[in-house]
Amino acid sequence: MSAQLIIEELNKSYQAGIPVLKGINLEIAGEGVTAIIGPSGTGKSTLLRCINRLVEPSSGRVLLKSETRTTDLARVSGRALRHARRQVAMVFQEYNLVERLTVMENLLTGRLGYTPAWKAWLRWFEPADIERAYQLLEKVGLSHLANQRADALSGGQRQRVGIARALMQKPMLLLADEPTSSLDPKTSVEIMELMTELADAESIPVVINMHDVELAKRFARRIVGMSGGNIVFDGSGDELTPTHLKSIYGGESWLV
Amino acid sequence: MAGLNGQGLPPSVQKPFSLTWKAKLGLFALLLYVIYAAAQLDFTYARFITGLDNAATFLQRMFPPNFERSQILIKGMVESLQIAVLASVLGIAISLPIGLLGARNLMPGWATWPARSLVAICRALHPVIVAILFVKAVGFGALAGILALTVASIGFIGKLFTEAVEEISIKQVEAVRATGASFFNIVTFSVLPQVFARFVGFSTYQFDSNLRNSTMVGIVGAGGIGGTLFSAFQRFDYDFVAAILITIISVIMIGEVLAGFLRSVFLDKLRPADLWRKRQTAVQGTRNG
Repeated sequence: MSAQLIIEELNKSYQAGIPVLKGINLEIAGEGVTAIIGPSGTGKSTLLRCINRLVEPSSGRVLLKSETRTTDLARVSGRALRHARRQVAMVFQEYNLVERLTVMENLLTGRLGYTPAWKAWLRWFEPADIERAYQLLEKVGLSHLANQRADALSGGQRQRVGIARALMQKPMLLLADEPTSSLDPKTSVEIMELMTELADAESIPVVINMHDVELAKRFARRIVGMSGGNIVFDGSGDELTPTHLKSIYGGESWLV
Repeated sequence: MAGLNGQGLPPSVQKPFSLTWKAKLGLFALLLYVIYAAAQLDFTYARFITGLDNAATFLQRMFPPNFERSQILIKGMVESLQIAVLASVLGIAISLPIGLLGARNLMPGWATWPARSLVAICRALHPVIVAILFVKAVGFGALAGILALTVASIGFIGKLFTEAVEEISIKQVEAVRATGASFFNIVTFSVLPQVFARFVGFSTYQFDSNLRNSTMVGIVGAGGIGGTLFSAFQRFDYDFVAAILITIISVIMIGEVLAGFLRSVFLDKLRPADLWRKRQTAVQGTRNG
């Protein structure tokens, strides 16, 4: 059984009285890609960041269930929070690689949750982790760039490193916050293919924020439409009609 | 449309760069004060000419420089070098954690304000005054000089390092935080890589400055060549003074070359051989051009 994510009555407001998320209920179980679509500023990023607590939720529950245990990500803190974060990996829109480190060092940062401080300071990583890093680099097609500094890479290459870094965590769940929004259409498709393939190979469910509806239909088993901090659509790509799109994005002149 | 051909506009709009009457008044006041201060301090051309005579005899007695007492000279210079190196190492080692503690984007208020106050105190006094304080506290000798320059190093590197840490990209930190890394691992793998190059820069500049200051703290009895220089001045041994000054200048220049070399090794990751080759090609380039 793969991991299960259950979000219950999740609220978030950055300023009092202006909620960004309004009581989100969402259950994600099993493998495959779930795409969250919606206009900018509707809370997609906030929702994703409440899951790994880069953003503090105002109220609600975010349950991460594995075979053996259930963690409420909205409540844990300190060491328990860090241990929970190890189970949830994230791919970012602007890649967020550590620019001055090499590709290999960036991959190994994915293991920092398991590395004691003194070993990290001395750059001592487990041989098994280093081997996994080389395997992942080969899978994303960047073996020849292992010792390049991250700031020397192109956008598509950086996102490949970002995906490999996320998978270094051996996560139960993969989150991707607009992973292709800074890339050209061809690279976007390649990155989506790579991410879904690798996640399937490791049987990890993937939650992706995106605003490209066609890309979402092509890769996602399930599409969740958000508008104004609420979920307004939940179904497969085939069920997504122009009427739904109108309720998600508003207006209709763009639907030609 | 009248406004576009400059008619019917108030005069101030027609001359966009003219000074306001307040600015003119301010400039006039500054000019008056400069004249007043010069008169007060006997800062006149006649005084300068009288002084020149003095300078001529002084320079005459400086040449030729006298290297006869080279043993005292070398001993003092070596001590100055040691003061500079020890103070730099100590100062760099201490200012790394203090600089991190002072960064408001990483640390809570109870950590930043003591760190920032400590750095501010270290910067408040000139190294000579700090050296006098340490001579009074721990006695004459190199120890006082080392401590004084360590304080100066903490003040300089600590402040600039804090500012560098406050300017890092928080996105890179966020990505490492999301892996479940502990605070120390976040610092090691996402904060330090972003600021390390600048830290090396500050450190080598401070080493430069410590080298210069280590030749000076001796004047107040805190060890090094400065003491020798001061007594040579007092005994009017101007030829020995000249010898000491020439030695100091050469050592400082060698130090600057070394510091620049360190910077390029750390910052551009050049190997010494590459650096030599680069210098050669640069020289050839200027010749051919």
